[in-house]
Amino acid sequence: MKKLRSSSSWLPTLLFLLLVFGTMQFVSSLNLISVYWQQVFMSACIMAISALGLNLIYGYTGLFHLGQAAFYGIGAYTSALITYYWSRMGPKLPIDFLGLHFDLSMTAMFLLALLAGALMAAIVAYLIGLPVLRLTGDYFCIASLGFNVIVYVLFNNADRLIPVMKGARGMVGIPRWTSWPWVFIFTVLALFGMRNLVYSSVGRAIISIREDEDAADVMGIDTAKYRTLAFVIGSLYAGLAGGLYAHLYTFLHPTCFAWIKSCDPFLIVVFGGAGGMTGTIVASLVWTFILEGLRVLLPRGFESWRYVIYPLIMLMIMLFRPGGILGRRELGFLKPKGIEVARVERVPAAASAGSDRPEERGSKDVSSED
Amino acid sequence: MTYFLQQVVNGLQLGFVYILMALGYTMVYGVLRLINFAHADVFMVGAFLSYYIITRFHLGFLPAVLTSIVGCGILGMVIERIAYKPLRNAPRVCSLVTALSMSIFLEYFTALNFIFGPDYITYERPIKAIHWDLGGVRITNILLIIIGGSVLMIAFLYYIVHRTKMGKAMRAVAYDKDTARLMGINVDSIISLTFAIGSGMAGVGAVMYCLAYPQIWTFMGIMPGFKAFTAAVLGGIGNLAGAFVGSLIIGQIEVLTTGFIPSGSILRDAICCSVLILVLMFKPTGLFGKRE
Repeated sequence: MKKLRSSSSWLPTLLFLLLVFGTMQFVSSLNLISVYWQQVFMSACIMAISALGLNLIYGYTGLFHLGQAAFYGIGAYTSALITYYWSRMGPKLPIDFLGLHFDLSMTAMFLLALLAGALMAAIVAYLIGLPVLRLTGDYFCIASLGFNVIVYVLFNNADRLIPVMKGARGMVGIPRWTSWPWVFIFTVLALFGMRNLVYSSVGRAIISIREDEDAADVMGIDTAKYRTLAFVIGSLYAGLAGGLYAHLYTFLHPTCFAWIKSCDPFLIVVFGGAGGMTGTIVASLVWTFILEGLRVLLPRGFESWRYVIYPLIMLMIMLFRPGGILGRRELGFLKPKGIEVARVERVPAAASAGSDRPEERGSKDVSSED
Repeated sequence: MTYFLQQVVNGLQLGFVYILMALGYTMVYGVLRLINFAHADVFMVGAFLSYYIITRFHLGFLPAVLTSIVGCGILGMVIERIAYKPLRNAPRVCSLVTALSMSIFLEYFTALNFIFGPDYITYERPIKAIHWDLGGVRITNILLIIIGGSVLMIAFLYYIVHRTKMGKAMRAVAYDKDTARLMGINVDSIISLTFAIGSGMAGVGAVMYCLAYPQIWTFMGIMPGFKAFTAAVLGGIGNLAGAFVGSLIIGQIEVLTTGFIPSGSILRDAICCSVLILVLMFKPTGLFGKRE
């Protein structure tokens, strides 16, 4: 196969991203939208990072993963603990002896904490993946769900080990360091990382596992290795998102990481179209704004209808667009340009109709574990 | 020793409640290969229906059970018709998402004020609890009713599945849907029936659960549902005997960890899940599951 080329021009992408960033920055600096909606937008982006991770695990690798909230929580608590302790005894840490300006060292600490959270989630994912990834299909699903319950119980009783985590009372005193530029930078980084991963040879290997694991094995792909890799990277994303979440809301409660919450990114991924990055991003935004928008749109006294309407919307989408709103269609720089060129050159039109490459099978066949 | 026996008895009570739910999960999975997340909420609706029959209409225990069975059975069939049937040929994940959606919908819809309301409600036991002392072990009539009711339902289910034509059709559909259809079996009505029976069992389970733990609210189904599902997977999902054994094991684990491990009551969910993961590691399809 031809080497996969990246998008022909980076300019439109760059302009688009700058536009998004600039608009948001402009609008929030002039207070055109309230702090509440800025937070909603940021949480949508954070959700997008987590959903991108799950999309790698479920959408591209085909692992039925219903435990994303566990890794989200691990990332959140890890990074929150680091910044909590640091912000209380900051001057004592060597990072200030180096002559760094406080803000700079704060930034460094924030980044370190996020990194630590993401890495912690990845390490835990690797360790739990050793036994659990051998399971297939629904058995993996229930094992990941079970793992989430275990993590939830541990969070709930973490105050016995680390008093600061406060267990079921919820952790407080986390510095509020997540700001729009950081959220934007990490979302873009996550998106680029995912794009480059998916369109690399590693990504091809991962997708081949979803399409047919036995065939991939026969072709000499180390499926166990790539399953683990996808699982670890997906959890890394969840951990990163968790760290950002912790420093956005400055309050962590175990119920935010219960297994019910694992359904959210899962619903988003399916809602947007499993195996598509554009769909996942769009779905994260739409999902968050539906939930928050209903809060505003519904008349007073009808707020509790939010969670009545939202599952109905999900139901309608699944009934009428089973492949998700965007399916595997990609927009802009997320489009795999190189592949399209290669196909047109190599395959005659008649043959390409029966081709079974994942991009061409389109949105109808999202999962094929059976 | 008596303490241990007492805990085992308590575990039996819990296990027999879980069985009734686990059978519903495992039947639906056997036929559709679908994790029916809405099952836990059918269970909840059953609990509320029986509550209304008992408290509002003062009709006693048996009418409550019957209403619960019929109500849950119909609800299960309706859910299947709305949320799963249109997606029979879509990817499997779609029905999983609609199952989750139905679950969220039922929980929040019934929590609205004009349905069941969002509050915890104390369930009045329709039967006076009587205790007997058997060498230090306390046995209540509630335990006997739960075990008796469960065994009755299991026997009924066994009869249907293994001794009737319907049951034969059900097994055929579980084995191979397309071939079953070619053999002249009406697959759709068999699936509907499976949902009705499974949900009816959950309805009985709900009344039993409320007898043992008399407090209801609209989110009450989540935890027992999860445990019952864990039990079904532990025994090998799709396998009726597996659901039976798995539920008894989960019931024992839950009660014994609470009784014997310090701070076990808060760790019991984690321990149940750890056991599940451990079992799946060594027997990836559960204790009695068959490899596909």
